[in-house]
Amino acid sequence: MSAFFELMRRDLRLAVREGGALTTVLGFYLIVVAILPLGLGPDLKLLSRIAPGLLWVALLLAALLSVGRIFHNDYEDGALEVLALGPLPLELVAGAKALAHWITTGIPLTLAAPVLGLLLNLPGEAYGALLLTMATGTPAVSFVGAIGSALTLGLRRGGLLLALLILPLYVPVLIFGVSAMNAVITGPASFWPPYMILCALSLASLVLAPIAAAAALRVNLG
Amino acid sequence: MKLILDNLACERGGRVLFSGLDLELAAGQGLLLQGPNGAGKTSLLKTIAGLIAPAEGEVRLDGGAGEAAVGEQCHLIGHLSGVKRALTVTENARFWARYLGDGAVGDALERFGLAELGDLAAGLLSAGQTRRLALARLLLARRPLWLLDEPAESLDTASRALLTDLIGGHLKAGGLVVAATHYQFGHDFSQKLTLGAQGAQAS
Repeated sequence: MSAFFELMRRDLRLAVREGGALTTVLGFYLIVVAILPLGLGPDLKLLSRIAPGLLWVALLLAALLSVGRIFHNDYEDGALEVLALGPLPLELVAGAKALAHWITTGIPLTLAAPVLGLLLNLPGEAYGALLLTMATGTPAVSFVGAIGSALTLGLRRGGLLLALLILPLYVPVLIFGVSAMNAVITGPASFWPPYMILCALSLASLVLAPIAAAAALRVNLG
Repeated sequence: MKLILDNLACERGGRVLFSGLDLELAAGQGLLLQGPNGAGKTSLLKTIAGLIAPAEGEVRLDGGAGEAAVGEQCHLIGHLSGVKRALTVTENARFWARYLGDGAVGDALERFGLAELGDLAAGLLSAGQTRRLALARLLLARRPLWLLDEPAESLDTASRALLTDLIGGHLKAGGLVVAATHYQFGHDFSQKLTLGAQGAQAS
């Protein structure tokens, strides 16, 4: 197990050293959310009604910018080969790297979301639900993204293919994340049923995605 | 301990690189892989490590550590260094030491003449120094089987001599070495395997 945490620590340290990745992702999130009201016009009622959906879609697009990198750098410089020959099963290698990605990208995006909610006139009572659903949903974003990253490893223009492969898989997270928030804003449905399904999606991806990612890594390493 | 290749065949992109390869390598023996570019030297090394699934046959390490796969008992030093450019030399070495085993970081870096560069970002190292840092993995975790793919590439004369010493020491201690190289190391590899268009020829 120490190898697991050692790998995670290395990935966290690399993310801090290389820095630029997180800034790009947060910047992209900010820009997308900031230009949407310009396109939609200054209708505050409309904005606050569609704010949950916009915040979620923008978050998924922003996350998509960085998930490709989960395995890419280690593949390019050969570190992935050595990781595969280590004591850790490839499934746990994938899990550790996806977890590190969540900590360095998922959490910052979640924390930025309330600030961006202000730009979209998100109703006051929804901020708690926004933080909660995003904190719950972003692990699924990172872990499912790891599958895409592993699948598109050797490809030159993997980024676009990654979007095609992964965005459809994000649909359940998007639907239940947004419907949980809408339940809080407009009612009358309860917040909990969609939120619980979101929890289930996240937990399932935590268990299943590393297995799928490891299978893809095996193919690409050979 | 014995490395056994049993009727091994490897296929890459629909092309058979070698087939029916039988080979036994006992403890303390080295195997030198030779052959022209594209003959399948790297593929054979990766097959032994378990990164490439053999098209036929199997690779075994008799007398190794119980259930552990061959991959967990070998070092594969390939063309790519596996060195993270954003981490310092010491951080790279410390990570591999903790991840792969429990070697002493200081000793390994000292041995490869990297001790003074410990605080330097690995991205600033020259090609030869990067290779030396990759080779330091051999000492950072004790593993019986070394798979070396052109290990002498971009090394200077002194480092090549050091590598020759290390391989000699490892063989004497009962380790196994499989090296694909065009560089003539000082000591004799007890077995040679030439891969080529006509298939593998052992001698």
